[in-house]
Amino acid sequence: MAEQKQDNPNLAVLDDDGVDRRGFLKCMAWAGTGLVWTMSGGVPVSQAFAKGTGNHANTGDLTFVQISDSHMGFNKPANTDVIGTLKTAIEQINGLAPQPEFLLHTGDISHLSKPEEFDNVDQILKSANAKEIFYVPGEHDLLDDGGKSYLERYGKNTKGAGWYSFDKKGMHFIGLVNVVNLKAGGLGSLGHEQLEWMEDDVQHLKPSTPIVVFAHIPLWTVYPEWGWGTDDSAQALAYLRKFGSVTVLNGHIHQIMQKVEGKVTFHTARSTAFPQPEPGKAPSPGPMKVPADQLKSVLGITDVNYVKGKHTLAVVDSTLG
Amino acid sequence: MRRGLQVAGLVAWAMLALALLAGLPSRILAQQPQSAEIKIDNFSFSPATLTVAVGTTVTWINRDDIPHRVAGTDGGFKSKTLDTDDKFSYTFSKAGTYPYFCSLHPKMTGKIVVQ
Repeated sequence: MAEQKQDNPNLAVLDDDGVDRRGFLKCMAWAGTGLVWTMSGGVPVSQAFAKGTGNHANTGDLTFVQISDSHMGFNKPANTDVIGTLKTAIEQINGLAPQPEFLLHTGDISHLSKPEEFDNVDQILKSANAKEIFYVPGEHDLLDDGGKSYLERYGKNTKGAGWYSFDKKGMHFIGLVNVVNLKAGGLGSLGHEQLEWMEDDVQHLKPSTPIVVFAHIPLWTVYPEWGWGTDDSAQALAYLRKFGSVTVLNGHIHQIMQKVEGKVTFHTARSTAFPQPEPGKAPSPGPMKVPADQLKSVLGITDVNYVKGKHTLAVVDSTLG
Repeated sequence: MRRGLQVAGLVAWAMLALALLAGLPSRILAQQPQSAEIKIDNFSFSPATLTVAVGTTVTWINRDDIPHRVAGTDGGFKSKTLDTDDKFSYTFSKAGTYPYFCSLHPKMTGKIVVQ
């Protein structure tokens, strides 16, 4: 993956506000099956997550992988083998160098919250070399039992519907739940209780602490017509204003989207199960059916490169083959 | 003995049939229309607004590849998660307007007008 430099009038400009940013987001790539993140100088840098990129130079302090929307149990034409594609994702993760220290799963682990679906995912993820996995629920993980089975399985040390935070190598991770108590006509929702907890959670952190927020539904408004956003995310982001580096990782929309707003970088990851259409380019956001032999290419890599210099970053999408 | 029983049985059937026939016209009038269907397709309810008579049973059927869940906006009725081709029925026994939505995809909304 070549580092690219280009002039682009659409480039977002990162604030040059004196906050220590020794590293730059300079070489970032996504694959259909996951995202690799490396902390370098306190700033998250991602690396390609696909065949032929495992030896990409990586001298960061911390590497982790985000996977999302495994939809275990889904068996419709868009992908009749979600077990197979999740296994492929894990094999790719295990082939990375250096190895990620942990995995983040940004929800819709299961398709219908069935115990056997969660069992299947747990079994497959056991084959990952990284043994630590952090989850947040998608709406498909909390069906019909108020989230009881999700919380029993994944909710240890979490609060409320399953939110929590943890620290890794000086970096603060916040897992949020925005898929419960949704209001008619609305978007994703964090709710008052969770927002209060979050305000308290970050209150005593130094502004130089790099923050990673992960949640299922995007915490920025991607496409409200399809519910791709979170009603009260502005409040959550307001609590993060003092921080020099904030990275927001989401799933739910089964495709890559990115936005940079000041010091906050938003990303959505692809699904390991099936693609969804681009906003407004289909009658509904339902699973996008592609010919079976093209499924991998649809889930394939999309490169996004952060360009070093002038505190700007560029996004360059590309396909695997 | 055997023949006597058969005759008794026939008489009983005839009486039952008469009783049913007598009750039929009023039942038809009282319960028409008694059922209506709403299709869930492409993340929307069709028709989005449905007007029915008091006592109508409304059935939602999910034709999407993704599960949905019907819920009255003000409570009242709530389905379990409906996977593809699953149905949910609710009988509206009081006049009024009942807005509802999909509690998994809240942008999906609809309305039942019962009169």
